[in-house]
Amino acid sequence: MPLCAIKTGCDNVRKGRRLCLKKFKIKFTICSFPPSLSLSFQLDYTEAETCNKCFEMRKNVSNANETCICTVNFRIDKPFEGDVFFYYGLRNFHQNLRRYMDSRDDGQTVGRKKNLKDPSSYCEPFLKDPSGRPIAPCGAVANSIFNDSFTLRYHYSNGIGEVPLLREGLTWYTDKYIKFRNPTTDNLTLAQVFEGTAPPPYWQKPVYKLDPSNPMNNGFINDDFIVWMREAAFPNFKKLYGILFRNDNPFTKGLPAGNYSIDISYNFPVQYFRGRKEVVLTTVTWFGGQNHFLPIAYLVTSSLILLTAVVLTVVWWKFGKDGKNMKE
Amino acid sequence: MGTVLSYFCHLCGHGNKEEKERCLRANDRTFNLSFRYANNAIKTSKYNIFTFLPLNLFEQFKRLANAYFLFLLILQLIPQISSLSWITTGFALIVVLSITAVKDAIDDINRHKCDRQVNNRKVDVLMDGQLKNEKWMNVQVGDIVKLGNNEFVTADLLLLSSSEPFNLVYVDTAELDGETNLKVKQALTVTGELGDNIEALAAFNGEVRCEPPNNRLDKFKGTLTVNGERYALDNDKVLLRGCTLRNTEWCFGLVIFGGPDTKLMQNSGKSMFKRTSIDHLMNILVLCIFGFLASMCSILTIGNAIWETNEGSVFTMFLPREPGIDAPLASFLIFWSYVIVLNTVIPSSLYVSVELIRLGNSFFINWDRKMYYLKKDTPAQARTTTLNEELGQIKYIFSDKTGTLTQNIMTFNKCSINGKAYGDLYDFSGQRVEITERTERVDFSWNNLADPKFNFHDHSLVEMVRGGNPETQEFFRLLSLCHTVMPEEKKEGELSYQAQSPDEGALVNAARNFGFVFRSRTPETITVVEMGKQVIYELLAILDFNNMRKRMSVIVRSPEGKLTLYCKGADTVIFERLHPSCNKLMEVTTDHLNEYAGDGLRTLVLAYKDLNENYMIDWKQRHHEASVAMEGREEKLDELYEEIEKDMMLLGATAVEDKLQDGVPQTIEQLTKADIKIWVLTGDKQETAENIGYSCNMLREEMKDVFVVSANTAEGVKEELQNARRKMCPEAAEEPSVIKSRVGLFWLKKTETVQDEKVDGDYGLIINGHSLAFALEKNLRLELLRTACMCQTVICCRVTPLQKAQVVQLVKKYKQAVTLAIGDGANDVSMIKAAHIGVGISGQEGMQAVLSSDFSFAQFRYLQRLLLVHGRWSYIRMYKFLGYFFYKNFTFTLVQFWYAFFCGFSAKTVYDEWFITFYNMVYTALPVLGMCLFDQDVNDRWSLQHPELYAPGQKNQYFNKKAFVRYLIHGCYCSLIIFFIPWASMNDAVRNDGKDIVSHPSFAFLLQTCLLAVVHTQLCVDTYYWTAVNHFFVLLSTIGYFAISVTMYSNGMFYVFPSSFPLIGAARNTLNQPIVWLTIFLTFLLCILPVVAFRFIFIQLRPTINDKVRYKMRTEELPAPAPRLPLRRRSTRSGYAFSHSQGYGDLVTSRKFLIKRSTKRAPLFTQTDSSIFQNQPQHYRTIAEEPEEPQSP
Repeated sequence: MPLCAIKTGCDNVRKGRRLCLKKFKIKFTICSFPPSLSLSFQLDYTEAETCNKCFEMRKNVSNANETCICTVNFRIDKPFEGDVFFYYGLRNFHQNLRRYMDSRDDGQTVGRKKNLKDPSSYCEPFLKDPSGRPIAPCGAVANSIFNDSFTLRYHYSNGIGEVPLLREGLTWYTDKYIKFRNPTTDNLTLAQVFEGTAPPPYWQKPVYKLDPSNPMNNGFINDDFIVWMREAAFPNFKKLYGILFRNDNPFTKGLPAGNYSIDISYNFPVQYFRGRKEVVLTTVTWFGGQNHFLPIAYLVTSSLILLTAVVLTVVWWKFGKDGKNMKE
Repeated sequence: MGTVLSYFCHLCGHGNKEEKERCLRANDRTFNLSFRYANNAIKTSKYNIFTFLPLNLFEQFKRLANAYFLFLLILQLIPQISSLSWITTGFALIVVLSITAVKDAIDDINRHKCDRQVNNRKVDVLMDGQLKNEKWMNVQVGDIVKLGNNEFVTADLLLLSSSEPFNLVYVDTAELDGETNLKVKQALTVTGELGDNIEALAAFNGEVRCEPPNNRLDKFKGTLTVNGERYALDNDKVLLRGCTLRNTEWCFGLVIFGGPDTKLMQNSGKSMFKRTSIDHLMNILVLCIFGFLASMCSILTIGNAIWETNEGSVFTMFLPREPGIDAPLASFLIFWSYVIVLNTVIPSSLYVSVELIRLGNSFFINWDRKMYYLKKDTPAQARTTTLNEELGQIKYIFSDKTGTLTQNIMTFNKCSINGKAYGDLYDFSGQRVEITERTERVDFSWNNLADPKFNFHDHSLVEMVRGGNPETQEFFRLLSLCHTVMPEEKKEGELSYQAQSPDEGALVNAARNFGFVFRSRTPETITVVEMGKQVIYELLAILDFNNMRKRMSVIVRSPEGKLTLYCKGADTVIFERLHPSCNKLMEVTTDHLNEYAGDGLRTLVLAYKDLNENYMIDWKQRHHEASVAMEGREEKLDELYEEIEKDMMLLGATAVEDKLQDGVPQTIEQLTKADIKIWVLTGDKQETAENIGYSCNMLREEMKDVFVVSANTAEGVKEELQNARRKMCPEAAEEPSVIKSRVGLFWLKKTETVQDEKVDGDYGLIINGHSLAFALEKNLRLELLRTACMCQTVICCRVTPLQKAQVVQLVKKYKQAVTLAIGDGANDVSMIKAAHIGVGISGQEGMQAVLSSDFSFAQFRYLQRLLLVHGRWSYIRMYKFLGYFFYKNFTFTLVQFWYAFFCGFSAKTVYDEWFITFYNMVYTALPVLGMCLFDQDVNDRWSLQHPELYAPGQKNQYFNKKAFVRYLIHGCYCSLIIFFIPWASMNDAVRNDGKDIVSHPSFAFLLQTCLLAVVHTQLCVDTYYWTAVNHFFVLLSTIGYFAISVTMYSNGMFYVFPSSFPLIGAARNTLNQPIVWLTIFLTFLLCILPVVAFRFIFIQLRPTINDKVRYKMRTEELPAPAPRLPLRRRSTRSGYAFSHSQGYGDLVTSRKFLIKRSTKRAPLFTQTDSSIFQNQPQHYRTIAEEPEEPQSP
């Protein structure tokens, strides 16, 4: 792919890629490997560096409420140009189990007051807390929300500075503004609305305190919550955590090359289900994120088609021309 | 009456205890009611308003598929198992049940209507000493009813008295057994004396004891006790329901059996529900799929168990187990959950769609204008809508002759008088002109007694007659005198003839038109109007026809006192008895006869002899002695006949055409080319049948041999059959090779199949009724089947209706082939019912054949269109449908199977629930219906041009277990592609704005779109014949899918039912991503291109007959239909056949009858031949092998 980029001399990534694709289809010898120009960086931090101790600590349930912060360092050799997306990833976490997926109440998260106080029985076993208060948001999905938090830091030549991440605008429009709604407040604060409900058992803070500073990101319409509630189809998945805020130098063009570190508030236990946690930094193109499969698959398919076409032509020439084979 | 009969199928056989003997007393309702006999009301309907719902639902759930879906529905209502909302199954089940219920309701309403119509017919019933007009249904056993002329017989009646002399009653039994000739019934004298004296009848208190209700039409046993005297009752004294009274002003009858007990109803009682072989196959396949489903579920259950121990147990932190359910139980429940998820391999809409397609194809048959018979305004009719595809698999056709192959109309066509041939038309150059309907007819208006329906085209004959040519006049005089026809003159000048054989009727009718009108007869005289002048001949003797004599003669005395013997008969017989002076004339006439026979006409030779008065007195004396002789009466009479019937003078010959229906030989040729074997089963005599066999091209001159089996003993039959077989296939083993196998549901049904054996050359087999009876015995029937199947053509003559059915069943049982029976009369009903498919020819005789048939049309020639066009199409459509349907559901369902490996075997569906609900019923329903209703690989004209296209269907090459496995593999492959390509491409993907795309809803939507794209394209690849409807359906479904998806994933729907439509936004947020479209396209390519490539390769390397014809169709013009050459056979055969059957002559000339000769309408003959000869076997051949003469075609 760099070959292509060089050949077309594209500083405009999008244009270059398109050209490249075109060439690619016609003469598939030029680009020797897939033309995905999006860059991607992946880091498994489950037991990495200082996180090791947090990993050990989380093995013990009794420490669940103790905070554990760890740091992992990494280096980016090539600058990430354009928008950079920050994901957290989970491996071997089955968000796609039938009972798990069903264990939610869309009526509650769309702000129906009736469901708030009396959630659907699908939420079992996270329907009510031991004292009988309805859980909001109820259900296994909400309960198991990913609760690690990250601070990305850039190592300037003269020190370490935080990389600004946009923590909003991470969701589909339809989720943020239609599927998830807070119950109507009628001059009540969110806390008052949720009075009489219990937070899910694994949550450290109630749903109305997810982002108290921003009412558009609090309660059910909190982006992190919505992102989590969009259940992944496969056990290995990544979910959007933040987008690089490109307002200030040196991040206006993206992430510059250099040394970075991530401070992780390590809360989510994965050792129970032999899972892994990772962070992913990636840029996107018109095509989406980095994707090796489709180009290769198209390559293989088209060469097979060409081969078949040749074979079929030969067969036709030998047997079927002028209806030879159709004679009695 | 007719329309009702078909519905007489379901009997109300609710007799609480078996009836041993029926006992009833006339005019004594209280006595008769004590036996609780059924009254005359019939009930063929199944439901009433209140019982409809429960009964119908019960009936429907008796079907395996419906019961299975009900079971699924119940499973889905259990929350621990329910992996899908109950709507998915419930929706489909409700649709399916209601469609069937509506259809059943309509059927039942029709039955109600018919019942009401029949039950409300009126009849005069004798009650309380007077006649009351009552409804049929109110008639009770023991009532006395009065019937008028042309009225239907109300119930099974004991005939009491009638308006006719000797208490005779004439009935037409066409509805009952298909025979149109009138039958005579005669009442007992003791009851006959009652006449129409109402008081006497009302006082009549005879007691009848008879057999219990049964279905034997030809037997009745009972006694009548009147005033202490017992009289025996037999079938002659009973009028059966279904008959019609003819030529009888009135009659009185005592009701013996009413309504459901009548023989008619008892006979039509067992209506078998016919199922096609594809139905059976489908059941087996569904069973296989059950097994497949069970094994898939088991695999997934094991997977779940493993997963639960390895992964699930450590995931309980996030997803605790449900209380009370431990891991093994959870796995067990998963099995059922997966049964629910994967149940779509057996689509509930399968059966409904199959029915719909068959219904559609039936409508195409009904609407086919090329099967519409204008003259009688009869369209073809698919009366059973569930058998269509079987029409494409017919291997054997059993055909009736009379009325089916022939029109059952005899026409006097040609004659040779005194060496001059009449009847042909020649143009100026001396070429024979073909006679068509437009040819000018001879004008018979000079003869005011002429039959207006009579056609003749040769004017010269009329001129000869009117010119007073003596030979010609003598010729027609003979025809008007020498016969046993009964005249009927209701109004002055409106003559009609009752002839026992249609040949005779035709001849007498011809004489009538040519000015020799047979007007009336008494036992001693015959009145003829000769050229307008009434002449009364004195009838001295009738030397009646029988099979040995093959001739009949009359001796008459003209008013001038001249004694003449007139004789007509088979050429071979008459020629032997001619005066030597006729030799020259005989040669000329022989030429003519050969020519007529070559045209397939039935010929008779006419001769006369003037007799000497003294000789006649002497002969008469001896004749009288012989006829009263106690010993050797027949031989003596025969000798006398021989003596007088000699030295006769030849007059000429007649040629009567047993008119074949249009296009019969061509149709038979076509069907033969399609490798369909045709057997003719007829009640006719051997000669007649053989003749027809020749004239409709079934028996051909170039056949190596035509075997005749007519032995009279079991051994004889066996020997004849074996000889024939050895001659055809000398190297064949003595024992037939029988393949035993097990088929059917659970392989419970044992079958034995007799293998086809190869024979070179064509052979024909003719087998006689009495031989057939032996051959159908257990030990001989395989021999019969073997021999018969080696022959190209099989003709069974003189067979009874029961034998017809037996023959059909024999072939059905031991050949495992699809059979079709075609007939027009009620005597064909048994075989029509026995065969896989029954076809009725409508518009000829009674309606009974049509009513018990599955398909009906007016002409035999439509059979080729029905089979070669509609049958083939139906079969192809059905196999395409089943193949595609299984493919589409395998693909659909197996994707879920693959997903199980990613979702921890948790029975999570990979699709949206709504998609599962709609997939079969909405998204894919219309296109597949469109394809399977309209598809045709080759259009109708080419189908008829290439009958060999029919063969694959016969062998069931397209849809069998192998093909099913192929569809399974194809579906499996496509599901792999459809699941794993999106999986691979989406696994790590994000949208181009960095947001989520691998969430379950968007992945589901992607898969759904891929799936529909693939199955719809597959459908387009499968469709050969595109109509606007196909385009519309495919487009509609595709657009509909997106429209429905967008609607279901819309904000509004979500707000209304948040939990029912949780996939909000999935369509919008997915479809705007290029990666999604690229994935869909790749999936599509990988699924479709291999199919296209394989098809291409197969067409190139191993083109099927269809491919060849399709190629021809593309590259060539349809050849114009070959000009139809008038079919002329090279052979010269005497077509003599006098289809004489025993009629009422016997009864009329019985001894009792002779005593009472005083009555004014006393018929007929003064003496008669014994009928013994007719009961004897026909172990001779009338057909004379004559040296072949080269004849120009």
